[in-house]
Amino acid sequence: MIPDDLLYTKTHEWVRMEDDEAVVGITHFAQSQLGDLTFVELPKVGDTVTAGEEMGSVESVKAASEIYSPVDGEVVAVNEELADTPEAINEDPYGEGWMVRVRVTGGQPSDGLLTPEEYAELLEE
Amino acid sequence: MTDAALSTTPLTARHQALGAKMADFAGFLMPIQYAGIIAEHTHTRTRASLFDICHMGEFLIAGDAAKAELSRVLTHNLETLAPGRCRYGFLLNEGGGIIDDCILYCLAEDHYMLVVNGARVQVDREWIAARLHQAHFEDVSDDTGKLDLQGPASLEVLEALLGQSLRHIPYFGFAQLEWQGQPLLVSRTGYTGELGYELYCPADQAGPLWDALLVHEAVKPAGLGARDTLRLEMGLPLYGHDLDEVHTPAEAGYGGLLTSNADYIGKARALAVREKLVGLLLDGRRSARHGDAVLLDGVQVGVVTSGSFCPSLNGAAALAFIQADKAGAAAYAIRTARAELPAVPAELPFHKTGTARIKLT
Repeated sequence: MIPDDLLYTKTHEWVRMEDDEAVVGITHFAQSQLGDLTFVELPKVGDTVTAGEEMGSVESVKAASEIYSPVDGEVVAVNEELADTPEAINEDPYGEGWMVRVRVTGGQPSDGLLTPEEYAELLEE
Repeated sequence: MTDAALSTTPLTARHQALGAKMADFAGFLMPIQYAGIIAEHTHTRTRASLFDICHMGEFLIAGDAAKAELSRVLTHNLETLAPGRCRYGFLLNEGGGIIDDCILYCLAEDHYMLVVNGARVQVDREWIAARLHQAHFEDVSDDTGKLDLQGPASLEVLEALLGQSLRHIPYFGFAQLEWQGQPLLVSRTGYTGELGYELYCPADQAGPLWDALLVHEAVKPAGLGARDTLRLEMGLPLYGHDLDEVHTPAEAGYGGLLTSNADYIGKARALAVREKLVGLLLDGRRSARHGDAVLLDGVQVGVVTSGSFCPSLNGAAALAFIQADKAGAAAYAIRTARAELPAVPAELPFHKTGTARIKLT
């Protein structure tokens, strides 16, 4: 459950680079640890996000967790569907459960992100 | 995750084989969820779920002095508790604070079973045993298996298993039956708000009974996660969260249960009300959690004792202790770790259409 065409963070977000935009969500591992998600708080279109800094949060029946931006940039789209159907993150974390699309600014986004192999190693630790 | 210091139940290996997420509850390694809390919650409200509740404690109290001596230790009115019936009530300290909430079964005029919270077995045992003088007291927690079968389909499932009608058992009534030649106490009680049964058997029968009930197509296993959302929707308190040694039964909303004429420990203070346990509905899906502050006009007037997203409400609800003179307000705010959430008081239960009390005869 670690797609090989994505990059990852140590805090269990995933990133799909599409030209200069990054699509961001949380990983299968993250959703399985949280359990049934019930609430998602995301930034707004136009917000500036910073790599490694909090950009939102998710809540499940039993837990809550911050979401950290994997990249520097400006939010250009938000998955508004998640407000009413946060379970999409449980069911399809890398597809329908995407959270935000960020236009990346600054340096190479891959700096500090984990390859699929590195993320798999992190989960084994 | 497995901690060698945690106790197990006769069913622990079965939970692990089913892929349950396990965690510490009351010192036991218990299943929190199997398929997912929301799916298990919904299945309980619509069909039937099977819960491992072996962590709870069972005491037997017997003898000619049992009724009189128990009447001085428990709030339960034993004068009106007939054989075949059970009743909810409290074990109080001298100050009227709740040591535990418990269900007392009248097995016979001189023979009672008291069912207590898993985390309180030792405290309760020491408190009660020290205050019984002639009655015989026995802690049979380790020898007793407890499975809860809860949901609208639970009656047909149990009747099929036992090959007999159970419709004569009223709400808060029970029958002492047999299954596979072993004793089985079938109690029409539960913690979910649905028609359901709590089943007590010898500990070594818990595994076979679990397996036999899960064979039924209506039955799925459910964990303590769903048990918690189900009970919260019913406004039922959980010891250690909504009940504690500081608050009285009246503060928790159970003053009306205190009908015993006996001079039980804590009676003089049991009706004292400094705070009130209030049900709160939140505006939206975001949850308040245990310990969050309840604000009125920006000033803290209470604290959340339980809070969760509630699947049958499709929104969040909470229980909170609020200062008695501030407990009648029309609206509050709850300060969570991340936000201030509007909340309005609601009549309990939050979930109005539970099947627990339906008439079967």
